[in-house]
Amino acid sequence: MSQKITVTPIQQVTREPSWVRWLLIGLGVGWFVLLLLLPLATIFVQAFKQGLTVFFAAISEPDALKALGLTALVTLLSVPLNLIFGVSAAWAIARFRFPGRQLLITLIDLPFSVSPVVAGLMFVLLFGSRGWFGPWLSEHDIKIIFSTPGIILATTFITLPFVVRELLPQMEARGSEEEEAAMVLGASGLQMFWRVTLPSIRWSLMYGLLLSTARAVGEFGAVSVVSGHIRGQTNTLPLHIEILYNEYQTSAAFAVATLLALFGILTLLGETLLARLRGPSGD
Amino acid sequence: MRFRSYSVLPGFGPTLGFTLLYLGLMVLLPISALVLYSVTHLSAAEFWQVVSEPRVVASFKLSFFASLIAALINSLFGLILAWILVRYEFPGRRLIDALIDLPFAMPTAVSGIALCAIFANNGWIGKLLAPWGIELAYNPIGIVIALTFIGLPFVVRTLQPVLKESERELEEAAASLGANRLQTFVRVIWPGLVPALLTGFALAFARAIGEYGSVIFIAGNLPMVSEIAPLMIMSHLEEYDYAGASAIAVVMLAFSFILLLLINKLQAWSWQRIGGVRA
Repeated sequence: MSQKITVTPIQQVTREPSWVRWLLIGLGVGWFVLLLLLPLATIFVQAFKQGLTVFFAAISEPDALKALGLTALVTLLSVPLNLIFGVSAAWAIARFRFPGRQLLITLIDLPFSVSPVVAGLMFVLLFGSRGWFGPWLSEHDIKIIFSTPGIILATTFITLPFVVRELLPQMEARGSEEEEAAMVLGASGLQMFWRVTLPSIRWSLMYGLLLSTARAVGEFGAVSVVSGHIRGQTNTLPLHIEILYNEYQTSAAFAVATLLALFGILTLLGETLLARLRGPSGD
Repeated sequence: MRFRSYSVLPGFGPTLGFTLLYLGLMVLLPISALVLYSVTHLSAAEFWQVVSEPRVVASFKLSFFASLIAALINSLFGLILAWILVRYEFPGRRLIDALIDLPFAMPTAVSGIALCAIFANNGWIGKLLAPWGIELAYNPIGIVIALTFIGLPFVVRTLQPVLKESERELEEAAASLGANRLQTFVRVIWPGLVPALLTGFALAFARAIGEYGSVIFIAGNLPMVSEIAPLMIMSHLEEYDYAGASAIAVVMLAFSFILLLLINKLQAWSWQRIGGVRA
């Protein structure tokens, strides 16, 4: 007598019933459309609501162009500063063991958890007219707050952790054997850095650069505190959008916003590409 | 005794020196400036007077509870999104995976006006609910919406790697021992997810507490009703009350410092669970 044995395939028992699957997919996709996709779409719809003329007038207006220039300048100064800091800090922390190492990592993370408004205020209290160095600065006719240097400082503070935070885990995971081998075989410190370290961290480095650039371009709270909102002088693009919006020039505000939105989308494309280049192992 | 353990690698002195100098100037100096300012310009009684003013207390409460609700909503939908992105195949999966980081990549002011345009009474979504007397913008609900938007990637991105690394064999073992799918989820999968979920929750919460740009457009900023804590700093600054602003900032700073320590502990715990390494 033969008995029939039914075997349930393993995929079936480690899977949710299909109604649960479709319910979860529906909820997830619905939430995504509602919270992320609609706001993104509305930027472009609002920008072209009053036609192409208004759109192009808004993005080619002198104040908008000046804001664009200032945003570019601030980004081009603060991002490289944090790049140099990031590589140097990641080297010291990932490759050496010393007392206070964990504290240093916490300190580097701090700008992530400080409110941008608080960050801006810190620099006002340091360099503003009533701040600690205010009297000395005004005596020497140096302007930091309500001027470009303040915006650069605030942006640098906000974007400080990005590069280190990308490099640290990757350098830790990769270990230092290859670099030690290079040194033992007689490479100089710089040769080791250019030929061994840099090639191994390049994608993480690019990723960190991408994140800090996106944040630097878009920073609003901290910059808003230190800028003083002087039109055509200390307005970055996000601040320019705020002014337009508050003056009920909604279409113009959204037109300028499309520039930043496109930049944001490019950032996401770059992230996706870099994630693929880095591979699952992270290098 | 040496300060550091021996290594053939060069550059410890210069890189650590530069790191300390940079952190000292960019982080420690500004933070000390803030704390010292409120200490030297305000007596304890004056400090207390500023931070216990009804409008300020209302803003602290609002920031706290709105952030809490937003982080809770994000925990639920973040878990669902991370789950379907890792476990299921469906059309548009890659696109959603790439766009999850949108709130990070988009300048907060842009997100702010976009959310406003959608959820205000004449917006795409607001229009649907306005006839029922439900208003989504210019009140605390609007604040929760903006904070939910800004916090979503934190939960999804902390859960995704944990879900990917989790051992499917354990689920197979549970199933072969007779557990149904729900039992397997509750008893086997869920315990592994808890640390990461808590980390994502805490990260989203911490970000929401300090968030400014995406909130102020949709908040309406009515005194005692929809003013967030960072906005109170702004309004003290606009009245040139630097000391008052610094007092509120010190409270917020202390709170974010506690959260940061908590998050560090949670992250270490979460990586321990899946046996990974953490810097």
